[in-house]
Amino acid sequence: MDLNTVLTLISARSRADLAALGRTVVPLAGGTDLFGDPQAHLTGLVDLQTLGWAPLTVTDGGLDIAATCTIAELSRLPEAIGLAAHPLFFQCSAALYGSFKIWNVATVGGNLCASLPAGPMTALAAALDGEILVWRSNGTDERLPAVDFVTGNQTNRLEPGDVLRSIFLPASTLGSRTAFRRFALSPLGRSATLLIGRADVGGGFVLTVTAGTRHPVQLRYDRAPSASALSRDIAAIDVWFTDAHGAADWRRGVSVGLGEEIRRELESGGSATAWADAREEVRA
Amino acid sequence: MRLAVNGSPVEAPAAPGQCLRSFLREREHFEVKKGCDTGDCGACSVLVDGTPVHSCVFPAFRADGTSVTTAAGLGLPGNLAPVQQRFVDAAGFQCGFCTPGMVVTASTLSEHDHDDLPRLLKGNLCRCTGYRSIADAIRGTRTPIDGTGTLDGTGTIDAPAPTLGRVIRTGKVGTSLRAPAAERIVSGQEPYTLDVAVPGLTHLVVLRSPHPSARIRSIDSRAASALPGVHAVLSHADSPTTLFSTARHEDRLDDPDDSLVFDRVLRFRGQRVAAVVADTVAIAEAACRLIVVDYELLPAVFDPAEALRPGAALVHGDKDAAASRLADPSRNLVAELHGEYGDIGAGLVEATRLVTGIWRTQRVAHTHLEPHATIGWLEDDRLVLRTSSQVPFLVHREICRLFDLDPDAVRVFTARVGGGFGGKQEILTEDVVTLAVLKTGRPVQYEFSRTDELTAAPTRHPMRVQVTLGATDEGRLTALKLDVLSETGAYGNHGPGVMFHGTSESVSLYSVPNKRVDARSVYTNNLPSGAFRGYGLGQVLFGIESAMDDLAHDLGMNPFDLRRLNCVGPSDPLVVTHVEGADLIFGSYGLDQCLDLAQAALERGNGVAVPDGAEWRLGEGMATAMIATMPPRGHFANASVTLEPTGRYTVRAGTAEFGNGTTTVHAQLAATALNTDPDRVDILHADTDASGYDTGAYGSAGVVVAGKAVLAAATELAGLLRQAAADLAGPTPAGQSRDDWSLETDGIRCGDTMLPLARLAVLAGASGRNLTAAGAEDGARRSVAFNVQAFRVAVSTRTGEVRILQSIQAADAGVVLNPEQCRGQIEGGVAQAIGTALFEEVILDGEGTVTTGVLRNYHVPLLADLPVTEVYFAETSDLLGPFGAKSMSESPYNPVAPALANAVRDAIGIRPYELPMSRDRIWRLLHPGQG
Repeated sequence: MDLNTVLTLISARSRADLAALGRTVVPLAGGTDLFGDPQAHLTGLVDLQTLGWAPLTVTDGGLDIAATCTIAELSRLPEAIGLAAHPLFFQCSAALYGSFKIWNVATVGGNLCASLPAGPMTALAAALDGEILVWRSNGTDERLPAVDFVTGNQTNRLEPGDVLRSIFLPASTLGSRTAFRRFALSPLGRSATLLIGRADVGGGFVLTVTAGTRHPVQLRYDRAPSASALSRDIAAIDVWFTDAHGAADWRRGVSVGLGEEIRRELESGGSATAWADAREEVRA
Repeated sequence: MRLAVNGSPVEAPAAPGQCLRSFLREREHFEVKKGCDTGDCGACSVLVDGTPVHSCVFPAFRADGTSVTTAAGLGLPGNLAPVQQRFVDAAGFQCGFCTPGMVVTASTLSEHDHDDLPRLLKGNLCRCTGYRSIADAIRGTRTPIDGTGTLDGTGTIDAPAPTLGRVIRTGKVGTSLRAPAAERIVSGQEPYTLDVAVPGLTHLVVLRSPHPSARIRSIDSRAASALPGVHAVLSHADSPTTLFSTARHEDRLDDPDDSLVFDRVLRFRGQRVAAVVADTVAIAEAACRLIVVDYELLPAVFDPAEALRPGAALVHGDKDAAASRLADPSRNLVAELHGEYGDIGAGLVEATRLVTGIWRTQRVAHTHLEPHATIGWLEDDRLVLRTSSQVPFLVHREICRLFDLDPDAVRVFTARVGGGFGGKQEILTEDVVTLAVLKTGRPVQYEFSRTDELTAAPTRHPMRVQVTLGATDEGRLTALKLDVLSETGAYGNHGPGVMFHGTSESVSLYSVPNKRVDARSVYTNNLPSGAFRGYGLGQVLFGIESAMDDLAHDLGMNPFDLRRLNCVGPSDPLVVTHVEGADLIFGSYGLDQCLDLAQAALERGNGVAVPDGAEWRLGEGMATAMIATMPPRGHFANASVTLEPTGRYTVRAGTAEFGNGTTTVHAQLAATALNTDPDRVDILHADTDASGYDTGAYGSAGVVVAGKAVLAAATELAGLLRQAAADLAGPTPAGQSRDDWSLETDGIRCGDTMLPLARLAVLAGASGRNLTAAGAEDGARRSVAFNVQAFRVAVSTRTGEVRILQSIQAADAGVVLNPEQCRGQIEGGVAQAIGTALFEEVILDGEGTVTTGVLRNYHVPLLADLPVTEVYFAETSDLLGPFGAKSMSESPYNPVAPALANAVRDAIGIRPYELPMSRDRIWRLLHPGQG
């Protein structure tokens, strides 16, 4: 929709251009979230796309995703043979409520900044122990664990003037086997619960629970938990919530079942791979 | 910025916060529709350098240097792109408002994508079709009407109804003529309400109440008025003091007069407080933010049962009961019905089987893709309103009454209307636009936002329905007792009508010696309820048909047989609390066939397997519905048909086209009576200047009332033309008589002599003979139609998911005038009802605030949510309808929710009493105590 109170637009070319940001001047990435709701408190936008950030950068340590990388670009990340966590990219993209036409425009960073409990990029970043690079308004950089970035329904760790610069996914977790489950009130509806399990090379087991909880919740185990332990721990999560996309008790109940599916899937078969073997493929 | 739109260069600045959708519409690319403005519905889809995007959430400035393609850029009438042609051929639309965006999206899909359509189309909402025809259009397939498979469009099919086929260019009644506007719709060239450029247009924005119950102490609009570009700030001080109802009926006394254009008392969150008229929407919005209102908060009531208790806050305590036609404003009671037939006490004593329960239905939003909108202006001192309405003539009447205007000084018309479902049988925009036009003298446009639609436009009436059934051990009903509490919200529009109709054909459907009905329609401080497809029947049938199913389970009897034993037969009286009036007759009777067809289809199955896993429980269910073919106490239509000097025919009919397909059927009726092709028939409709009076498009009246008037006029004209030919064509050809003149497609023939229609028109003109004939219908006699729905479902005990494995509807539509179109009405009705049954709910916070104000939070069915419904037609021919047809627009909706509930009950052994049967609610039934 038209944002009729927005009177200024700055096409950012360098970090210095971000100084204009504040309570009423906000960063614009894809725009699908900003233009999708009334924003009568805003007077200006600073376009981040003109900063020209490379959407996906492969390093020895892992994968760096620019905040301005579109969902479409992420979903098309080449399938690296043996990169065990690769299916998550498409799975999380498809979990976006928006259509494939939204994928063409919406960004990974924008999804995190919108900070809806059902944000699938939040789930992806948290599940792979991602790290968020924040450009603070005072010019400093800060790295935050992705699991801590979203703090509640549409709240996060950014202050006015801050910019989410990128999301780093470490090689270690990208080589982990993962299992993905989501459920909603309708087949393709907004996620009511979204769970991602991870079996690490060293035997560790991590379950990341999002969408049904006000913020991401991670259950971490040195080795795969028993069915009863996992079920008990999921049920004990105390931040389930109710909205138009599902009741809290149902979200908890369904999540316990999905958690067990994940546990079993990761228990059986498959092997993790080293990032070094996979990254050439990613680069290709 | 510079860009190319459909190949043409455009150079214009974009505002920093402007979206591409409004940039394109400002340049008169009206094919880019505004359905939601939030990136959810897809009606605004365009290609930017070949990439599909939702243009409403695409910053306009980013289109700089790009090439933008809209639906019009894909192809135009006469030169359609293949994908557009496939939408025409498959009848892949009804109202057509979503179609340009749908076609643009479809244009990017390849054959490889066809299996992935559910995901790829989740960003394109269609409220009319149920998507089967859209999927066929995209895939180039043709799903047989019995749903048994998908065949290549060129192949022949062995469908049970042999008249069904591809939609065709020309066809008389009984064939699947395509919509006359089809080529314009798929290319975005068919104009809807706001698809017009009006010089000097100003825009109206409404300031809505933040409180559910308050009185305006004062309004300070000085700062708003002083803003440059503001032409007027309107509020209660400017409002006519005449009370009216937003609801429109043939008889204006049907609805209570309880509303003002602007009221000093605010009775729900979202009610109009003030309005600003300004040069742009942006200025009007800014001015609204400058209006200072001092509110005195008043007590409020949000629960209809509480509203009836002594001491409850009175929503309209200031009203005079007689003047406003309210049952008892001192108890928040809008209307009530208490009546008994036979002796209910005796019937219950006689019963050896008793079932009882309380069922609840939710608020449902119509979600027609085109929002409510009006453009008004002055033309030669006349007021002209171009409005998105189902009832332009009724709007005309009430606007004249409210503003004390001479009927000749007002013209109301509609363009094609982008869906209605009852939601546009209200005055929601026309009154305030009239006030603004009269105040400013300028053209004024007012358009609801999608959030306005979801939070302030009337919804389906929520109801609490208590049903008690008594029966013998053989299953014969001895007693039917009904207690209905209907919540009309803050205003009584449609409150009495929905209550009376809801308890009417739902009760008279059953032949029971003892019946009792108690019903009340009650005010609260929630948003108003209004007319919704089915007009109350669906809510009450949810209770009655569920109770009938409980009785069948109790008796161990097949539910189809229980209906056969108890449903009204063609020789039975129709009884609610007394025998219905003589105006309601069995013009035909097809319930027996519908029951047989649905049962046979269910027993035959469709080969869809039960999902894997021990969690799934299988169930079957059915429900029945009856509906009168038109509203009671008169529904009037006047039509005329003219032979023009061009040799073409013009039909003038007052009813509106909003996706119901009346223009198609009217063309078929006229063409059949005149023995010509529908291609030679032009239709002017829904314009108080263009035709005689028509009550309007509600109560499924498009075919059986307006269509009958068209048929009468066309039949009359055929006689006039034969007479004119005999009189004017010279000597009667040898061996023929004057009576032998017969109409053909483009001429009139007697023996070997052929007189072209254009020639006949010229001859008639020269002799001063009028070649216009009129027809009228008064709706004095009404018939009944039947629908039976059946489902086979699987229900997950682990998640509460209801998966529809088979969906069947058998319909008694009389003679089916346009099979593919009638099938579409049924599929669309089933789809909308599945939305009601499983997903949709306007949720309030208990203090009058709607929390589901955007489509992301109000889930209307996607392609992924719906099964292909098998459709079967009973073979009946009605005494009253044109060519034996009956109405079939509202009724397919009505049996669906109870049929689905009965299937769920069969699957899990637990009765759902509440809609929607969302996954969380079903899960709670299965896991009591875990909540």
